[in-house]
Amino acid sequence: MTDLLWLVVALPLLGAVINLLFGKRIGEPISGWLAFGFVAISWAIAVPATLSFVTGSGHTETIYLFSWIPAIGVDAAILWDPLSALMTMIVTGIGSLIHLYSIGYMRGDERYPRFFAFMNLFIASMMILVLAANYAVMFVGWELVGLSSYLLISFWFTKPSAAAAGKKAFIVNRIGDWGFIVALMIIFISFGTFDFHTVFASAPTAITVGTATAITLLLFVGAAGKSAQLPLHIWLPDAMEGPTPVSALIHAATMVTAGVFMIARSAVLFEMAPVAGAIVAVVGTATALLAALIAISQTDIKKVLAYSTISQLGYMVLGVGVGAYTAGIFHLTTHAFFKALLFLGAGSVIHAMADEQDMRKMGGLRKNMPITFITMGAAWLAISGIFPFSGFWSKDEILAATFAKGGGFILLWGVGLLVALLTAFYMTRLFVMTFLGKPRWSGDVQPHESPATMTIPLVVLGFFTVSVGLINTPVRLAFEHFLESSFEGVAHIEALTFGSFSILATVALVVAVVGIAWAWPKYNTDELPAEDGKFWQRSLLAFGVDEIYGRTIVAPGKKASEWAADSMDPKVIDGAAHGIGRGISGFGSVLGKMQTGQVRGYAGVLAVAGAILIIVFVVVGGGF
Amino acid sequence: MSLTVTWFLLLGAALFSIGVAGVLIRRNALVMFMSIELMLNAVTLTFVAVSKDLGLIEGQVAAVFVMVVAAAEVTIGLAIIVAVFRTRSSANVDELAEMKG
Repeated sequence: MTDLLWLVVALPLLGAVINLLFGKRIGEPISGWLAFGFVAISWAIAVPATLSFVTGSGHTETIYLFSWIPAIGVDAAILWDPLSALMTMIVTGIGSLIHLYSIGYMRGDERYPRFFAFMNLFIASMMILVLAANYAVMFVGWELVGLSSYLLISFWFTKPSAAAAGKKAFIVNRIGDWGFIVALMIIFISFGTFDFHTVFASAPTAITVGTATAITLLLFVGAAGKSAQLPLHIWLPDAMEGPTPVSALIHAATMVTAGVFMIARSAVLFEMAPVAGAIVAVVGTATALLAALIAISQTDIKKVLAYSTISQLGYMVLGVGVGAYTAGIFHLTTHAFFKALLFLGAGSVIHAMADEQDMRKMGGLRKNMPITFITMGAAWLAISGIFPFSGFWSKDEILAATFAKGGGFILLWGVGLLVALLTAFYMTRLFVMTFLGKPRWSGDVQPHESPATMTIPLVVLGFFTVSVGLINTPVRLAFEHFLESSFEGVAHIEALTFGSFSILATVALVVAVVGIAWAWPKYNTDELPAEDGKFWQRSLLAFGVDEIYGRTIVAPGKKASEWAADSMDPKVIDGAAHGIGRGISGFGSVLGKMQTGQVRGYAGVLAVAGAILIIVFVVVGGGF
Repeated sequence: MSLTVTWFLLLGAALFSIGVAGVLIRRNALVMFMSIELMLNAVTLTFVAVSKDLGLIEGQVAAVFVMVVAAAEVTIGLAIIVAVFRTRSSANVDELAEMKG
């Protein structure tokens, strides 16, 4: 079963190559179906191998593919364990649904086949990342997802804002990658290998706590870049310039969770460095709070979802930071479903509203788009944390684990609850402003339900959004059991008793209901409430983080490059180049004077020189 | 006064000097060319004379080489001179100074 797993990477890659080379000839919509087919087959290949873990017959294996860098013993190999199996299911499963959705969504786009080539490239990259058996291969996937993310954000590159957003995402991710690269160097110096198995097995004896702290903090810099955590969160909202299926797949369900996945994968190292874990947890909580505070004021439906994603990623990072790896990954899973659904639903709305993204110009869409309305309703309840939807279970597990850690973490738990309240508030705001109340759109827009290729993924995701939480309830910890072997040797948090878990869950549920009850009457009115207070204005501008970066980093950087372009380059660099050229040509023109063109002159020089040589030979003798 | 190798060497040196003088003094490309031939033949003569005197075969080998090279050189050289003469109706090398740097 696991022999074929390399195809999970190879097939989407093949799809990307085919669509890149022959996409124009294949044309619309077959190139889309082709891309969808490759991802779906990848998914189908991985299903039996994943199910074997569920039934208990499967076991962790490392599948050697080929020797990649023999000089330092790096192999291209697949690590197949429950964690990578789960990620494979999410990426290929949700990925194929979103490919299906894109077939309808991207209809009529000039570069339709190119879009699917990039999407397939992304799936292949993501699979390299999650299936990697060592840090080096993981890094390749890590960079490749960054590349495909860049290509897809700036897919409509004729729009300046899209081109700028792509660049921003790429550059901010590079800052994170710097941390990852340095961490990899320290890992290689300390262990002499990148191999996960060896590194984790020897970590407790091979490195000190200090080294582990350095490695994990640097890894977290990488994770913060990819998973949009403070202070590197600024690229994700701008990434919404990409087509909506891209936002759903890459910037909500899969790629942005790579950081969380990487921390979970390195759980052994993070367990050795409790200080790093605490920092991770604090950053995660701060990110969750800040992003939620920004999300409540956004009027662009995709921006709300983008900040909501950052906020939920903050939860996951909090989860893995406090050592609740299963809870973090569980939230990653449920979030992948409901956030993908929210984005696809938003895409369906945007599609219906003729590319209108401003929620203030929506309203009353429930009659026009019943399927989108119902499925997004499920996602709304799930992310708000309403029992028994999926978000309720996963979010509560993280909060409960944080609470159980005790001490200063109780404070983080409190902030987490506040974020839950804000989440319920802004999601209700989004839902009500879009689907309920009176229509606020202008007369010439004719909202309509989307075609079947778009609604089928919504319904499938809706089903999982409702049900997937049930795989890990305090009554039946199937998910935790499933992932157990991936986190072997990692200390487990003392599980709360059922009673205290219930109390915590009830508190969280009450908070969520309060959030909904607070927002519902406020926005379900004919007149939208005025949101012009000082706080609202600041929140709408994302508290000026972009502006601060602009003033402190971008502006000096621009000054430096302007100086380099206007002074350094023309004077020093060009001066040196021109100077060398002038010197050589001057020397050449001096030598050129010797070329008189007079043959007899040359012959004379030759004869005189020959005569001198003969004289020298005669005088000095043949011995020289 | 027997016919020693010295006479041959002296003759060779005399012929070579005449050739050098011809190349340096004459302006006509054809005559310069003939002077070069003279120099080549002087060298050939020297080679053969020394070869005979020392009883070594290498000198005669060199002489054959010189003849081959001279034959090839004559072919190309004459062709060039003819081509130059056709375009300019003159073979004065002092007028051929296009390659002046």
